[in-house]
Amino acid sequence: MTTTSGATAAVNLSSVVATAEQLIDGWELVVGLEVHVELATQTKLFSASANRFGDAPNTHIDPVTLGLPGALPVLNRQAVELAMRLGLALNCRVQPCTFHRKNYFYPDLPKAYQVSQYDQPLNVDGWLMLPGEVRVGIERAHLEEDTGKSTHAGGAEGRIQGSDYSLIDFNRAGVPLVEIVSRPDIRTSEQAKQYVAELRAILLAVGASDAKMEEGSMRCDVNVSVHKPGAPFGTRCEIKNVNSIRSVGRAIDYEARRQIDLISSGGVVKQQTLHWDDAAGRTNVLRTKEDADDYRYFLEPDLVPLAPDTAWIERVRAALPPLPAARREALAALTGQTKESEAIAVVVERGQDSYIAEVAKVGGDAARVLIYVQQAFAEEAAAPRVPAGDIAALSLMEKNGKITATQAKTLLGELVANGGGDVIAMAKAKGFEAMDTGALAALVDEAIAADPDAWAKFKAGEQKAIGALVGSVMKLSKGKADGKAVTALLQAKASA
Amino acid sequence: MKSSPRTAVDIANSVASGAMTASAVLEEHLAAIAARESEIHAFNLVTTDQARERAAQIDADAKAGKTVGRLAGVPIALKDNMCTRGVETTCSSKILAGWKPPYDATVVSRLAGEGAVFVGKTNLDEFAMGSSTENSAFGPTRNPLDTSRVPGGSSGGSAAAVAAGFAAASLGSDTGGSIRQPAALCGLVGVKPTYGVVSRYGLVAFGSSLDQIGPFTNTVADAALLMEVIAGHDPLDSTSLPQPAPSLTEVVTQDVRGMRIGRITDMPEGSSPDVLARLEAAFDALRAAGATVVDVQMPSMSYGLTAYYLVAPAEASSNLARFDGVRYGLRVDAKDLNSMYGATRAAGFGDEVKRRIMLGTYALSAGYYDAYYGKALKVRRLIADDFAKAYAKCDVILTPTSPTVAFKFGDKTANPLAMYLCDVFTIPTNLAGHAAMSVPFGTGEAGLPVGVQILAPALGEAPMFRAAAALERA
Amino acid sequence: MPDAISRETVAKVARLARLNLSDAEVDRMTDQLAGMLEHFRDVDALDLSSVEPLTQPVPLSNVLRDDVVVPSLDRDEVFGSAPATQDGRFRVPPIVGFEE
Repeated sequence: MTTTSGATAAVNLSSVVATAEQLIDGWELVVGLEVHVELATQTKLFSASANRFGDAPNTHIDPVTLGLPGALPVLNRQAVELAMRLGLALNCRVQPCTFHRKNYFYPDLPKAYQVSQYDQPLNVDGWLMLPGEVRVGIERAHLEEDTGKSTHAGGAEGRIQGSDYSLIDFNRAGVPLVEIVSRPDIRTSEQAKQYVAELRAILLAVGASDAKMEEGSMRCDVNVSVHKPGAPFGTRCEIKNVNSIRSVGRAIDYEARRQIDLISSGGVVKQQTLHWDDAAGRTNVLRTKEDADDYRYFLEPDLVPLAPDTAWIERVRAALPPLPAARREALAALTGQTKESEAIAVVVERGQDSYIAEVAKVGGDAARVLIYVQQAFAEEAAAPRVPAGDIAALSLMEKNGKITATQAKTLLGELVANGGGDVIAMAKAKGFEAMDTGALAALVDEAIAADPDAWAKFKAGEQKAIGALVGSVMKLSKGKADGKAVTALLQAKASA
Repeated sequence: MKSSPRTAVDIANSVASGAMTASAVLEEHLAAIAARESEIHAFNLVTTDQARERAAQIDADAKAGKTVGRLAGVPIALKDNMCTRGVETTCSSKILAGWKPPYDATVVSRLAGEGAVFVGKTNLDEFAMGSSTENSAFGPTRNPLDTSRVPGGSSGGSAAAVAAGFAAASLGSDTGGSIRQPAALCGLVGVKPTYGVVSRYGLVAFGSSLDQIGPFTNTVADAALLMEVIAGHDPLDSTSLPQPAPSLTEVVTQDVRGMRIGRITDMPEGSSPDVLARLEAAFDALRAAGATVVDVQMPSMSYGLTAYYLVAPAEASSNLARFDGVRYGLRVDAKDLNSMYGATRAAGFGDEVKRRIMLGTYALSAGYYDAYYGKALKVRRLIADDFAKAYAKCDVILTPTSPTVAFKFGDKTANPLAMYLCDVFTIPTNLAGHAAMSVPFGTGEAGLPVGVQILAPALGEAPMFRAAAALERA
Repeated sequence: MPDAISRETVAKVARLARLNLSDAEVDRMTDQLAGMLEHFRDVDALDLSSVEPLTQPVPLSNVLRDDVVVPSLDRDEVFGSAPATQDGRFRVPPIVGFEE
């Protein structure tokens, strides 16, 4: 649902001005996004059948989902909570709100109306920060129900045009959605991509959605217009079906160029809904919005207002996990990288930044560990299975020049495959031992043998006990041992 | 064979005590149906076999000493806009002909849980839109008291079924008077509970913010019993009030001493003299029973009709949009989807339904919302405010239920507005979401029954039933 | 209230409501709706400027349900009442004149 559709509004809806470098042949680009995300609930927004993707058609259906006569909706508490979580993460104001019916006929819309939020949405007036301190306003993030899915048969390549009939599956009907409507504050296709990537990172961080663009649980509609600097905004076109971050960039670049060329050759941009054809790399006209849709919005009489009180809002706010921006900053500080670096972004998105912090805590070299985690734990869950001490020991061996980067990579592969291991022994077995690690390990063993009490305490979790052991190794090595390496070795041994 | 008692209370007591079997009670009602149903047409469907099975089960349970429920063996008819799993539910519309719901309405489960025996699904004005049951796609229902006259509507079949002895009680739905007006025209007790007291889950929606289910019975005590069974919070209906069902069966034994009965001094005109005479008699009866009569004003009452005939069609236009030939009900095949929609809905809906869909669609459409729907909602507020002022002075208000006794077939079919005026006294309650009921109070023209309407504020069922019981005793 | 409803408006509303009406029905409907809307002008006598609309008669808010799955309806039972099905899905005539 679009409420900012004042295409030729006299007043520009954004005060953001493009920099000279951002202009395209002297034209300023204006982009706003409407992103739909499916919430990660067990059940649908207004009924109790399962919210699950990929099952046999029409196997998650109930009277409400099918719009059976007599069925009544009841709002899912968890959907509200996830939407609030997202709203708060987007710095929105969470407010008392209502649900409306948006009336239109389409076979994937069982009741012939969609229950959505209209003039009183749950979340309003937020913002999201892009790299380079670019602030994109969030107009609203409201709750609504998803539609079913149509398959078109008999036509070319499953397209609707020329099909003989269509088949409808209602498993998706009623799945809770949040529609996040940005303000038209975006001035480049790169910013648009960053916006979608950042939004996705936030969705994952707060657990609101699995945000899988390829499965359709995150879907982008992109509004594009162009104008000369200082002039009023141009007429915008809405591009639908933009299903990857890369496509967001390509579609905007294509559409901006099309509009600029059109105007430059004396043409006029018409307000249209376009379809992005990713294979052909172009937009096609779906329909021209001349006969404005008449959705006959009215307050949904089967539902009552939703008015989260301060206690509820604050409880949700307090339970918010650290958000990606803060986590990237912390990880950047820990690893000495810039917060815009790809490794930082990737690792935070996977939720593996806390693991790196853990490794660093037991003495690992954070910068190297960042690279290890980025490269070797793509398939692993947020918390890799390899004990932090093992990875820490590996990073120190590489840092201290005991093994080469290539050797480290080989050992890393083995650690991942085996779920951990004694890296010193592994290096030795592979003949990687071009240094004193063996001697250091022997000294560690000697120190342990000399002070079994301290070792037992340390193994039992008493961190302070490590001091005696490290001191003893330092003494035995006559001060030549690397304290960090010793610590790492002890940690690895204790957690083995 | 001993003739079975006529009231639900007596039937349930007799069956529970073993004095009577549910099967015997049922057979008497089935015999009444066999004798007169072809003339009356109260039912769209008589569920003889299921009813017999059910009665036999109750008798077996009673014999085995199991609890048989508060409505054990009571034959009950259901308006055919309440979902019954596996049993056709048509709303008297061609568009739903043959539809078997895969679920039960909450009221149906609750009645079944207390041992009720369902005898069938009753006729109605299509989708409950009408005041005479002449708008049924399957033909009109006749008033058992005078078959040349209508039983009222839209729950005419449910009223006729009880009046003809086909069922001991029935359920109807009331959006603007569809229980109270046919109750009045058929000489029965009919209750429109406070909005939110009885679950709407499984009731095919007409005007969602107005609809309530309620009972038709022969006595006030029967209505109290049915209310206690069907009322109370339902988590499947978001507009269901959190309160448990009101205790009413004890209230009906109380008198009205000290009660303040409101008389509207600026009541809309147009009621026939026989009806107004019975209303006066009702005030006298309550006064004689110890109540005081106080004057109240309802200046907005006559505007209720306008508000109602914009709000209800607006909601209906949206509620009935789901009948699109895709998932259930009628489909008229056509070359493309839009043609199928248009042809299906044109063939499936009757004239009155089409009229209201058109009116409602128009009232909600761009450019007209504020002038019609928006204005109607404000009038709705005025009516609620007027009621609030009135109830500061009184406990309940008495009005006629219907401006006239039962009218002849065809009297009002030519002019939709004339038909709409039947509801002038009943509509304001629905707009405000309050409670109201009709109780028979003597006869008027042609010896036909006259109903007196008792209006009460939200959750005012207890004083309402007190007044109703007093009128019944008078 | 607005001017009397026109035949064109009635035809447009019928399209919006997906009701195929014959020309004669449109004529009749125009007359009837015009008559009703004329009657509804009675509320023009009221000053409603400071009146808050009443949309719902219950004083409820925050009616919520726990996020717990209840088994799905049986597809075959549902399909038993469906006009046309194929491959576990509801089948409809070709969609023409709509967006995707």
